Amino acid sequence: MFETVMQALLEGFFQTLHIFILTLLGALPIGLIIAFGSMSKFKPLRYLVRTIVWVVRGTPLMLQLIAIYYGPGLIFDNNFWGQGNEGRFIAVIVAFILNYACYFSEIYRGGIESIPKGQYEAGQVLGMTKPQIFFKIVLMQVVKRIIPPMSNEIITLVKDTSLSRVIAVYEIIWAGQAYIKSDGIIWPLFFTGVFYLVFNGLLTLLFGFIEKKLNYYRG
Amino acid sequence: MSVLKVENISKNFGSSEVLRDISFTLEKGDVLAIIGSSGSGKTTLLRCLNFLETPDTGRIYVNDELLLDCADKTTMRESEIRTKRLHFGLVFQNFNLFPQYNILKNVSLAPSLLKLGTPEEIDTNAKKLIERVGLSDKLDSYPCQLSGGQQQRVAIARALALNPDILCFDEPTSALDPELTGEVLKVIKGLKGSDSTMIVVTHEMEFAKNVADKVIYMADGIIEEMGTPDEIFNNPKSDKTRAFLAKSLENL
Repeated sequence: MFETVMQALLEGFFQTLHIFILTLLGALPIGLIIAFGSMSKFKPLRYLVRTIVWVVRGTPLMLQLIAIYYGPGLIFDNNFWGQGNEGRFIAVIVAFILNYACYFSEIYRGGIESIPKGQYEAGQVLGMTKPQIFFKIVLMQVVKRIIPPMSNEIITLVKDTSLSRVIAVYEIIWAGQAYIKSDGIIWPLFFTGVFYLVFNGLLTLLFGFIEKKLNYYRG
Repeated sequence: MSVLKVENISKNFGSSEVLRDISFTLEKGDVLAIIGSSGSGKTTLLRCLNFLETPDTGRIYVNDELLLDCADKTTMRESEIRTKRLHFGLVFQNFNLFPQYNILKNVSLAPSLLKLGTPEEIDTNAKKLIERVGLSDKLDSYPCQLSGGQQQRVAIARALALNPDILCFDEPTSALDPELTGEVLKVIKGLKGSDSTMIVVTHEMEFAKNVADKVIYMADGIIEEMGTPDEIFNNPKSDKTRAFLAKSLENL
């Protein structure tokens, strides 16, 4: 029994991991772009981006998942996500990326705005271009500053993946809960917690390692 | 031919006039000290020269080349300003070194981004400059491991790496403990005579008196008095200058 359960949970966890990684790959860069939008000197763009961030951060992710998956089909009579599991999975990834990119963007913005003006000016008087100043001087200092809030958000993401079941995308909690109905046992559901704990433990170690790596300088 | 000619520079921040009709010239190799109380516009003037602020009126020439004319917007294009400001170097009051890079990289970063030579040439030159400010043993150190005085010396080497025509210092010792100002002033003094033209905004009267070729006393956004150190310190013509010097020197 234990082996069958573990097999099912592992399968579910693999799906969880899949959502987690794809979301990070999309949301980390898109979040930076959103951050630039929310700091833009061009007011209409800035207001538009900040409004989007407000809506996305101000409504539950569960609601967004449902709206993004069912919305196109019900409103435009065109479910462009496609039928079946694949369509649902794509909708989940899009919703997660959008949601997390908005949270990340605020973390980036805080980090970027915390870099002293003198760093930009030093780059300017040394004849550097704006992209050079950002990528060679500012970005690395931003990364160092945002690791603690980022690790918070990323650990939350691991657990939020379980929300994807609301549009019937299979993941580990679903896998565990299935045993209540089929076999009348609850321990597989509880056991899913161990997976989360272990995985988040590993992430915590990883972030600790990165923080330590960047500790060679102050500022 | 003067290396720097500044004509009729004015600058307002909102309704307050920070600079009013500033004009002066500098010859190659000159060391100009700008003194004056806080809020007199010294730092703003330096920032205008380095294009960190845009003056409202006036012109700036370097080697008789018109760099900035406030009446002519075509001289103020972002892309051109980036190359024009390379005529000037700036050493900041609070150093502004790049904390994530070691000393060597702090000095060599800009030259390599601007492709001013092969990586080897840039490295050799950077090491030479770091030696010149006396920090050869700190090449691999990070700014946070250095004292304020050492950091400022690195900042000087970093500015020299681009070989500016005019090197500007914005109160280079104001953020330092008193026992560290000497080493920085000594480095600046050591640059004199090596063709570097320098503008030093400073509160160090002794330094202005002994090192500068020319002294400007600024008050309320105008050049109140300009002359040789001897003229300014020993025979000031303006009452304001006299009052300022009396106050500055009585602290000693």
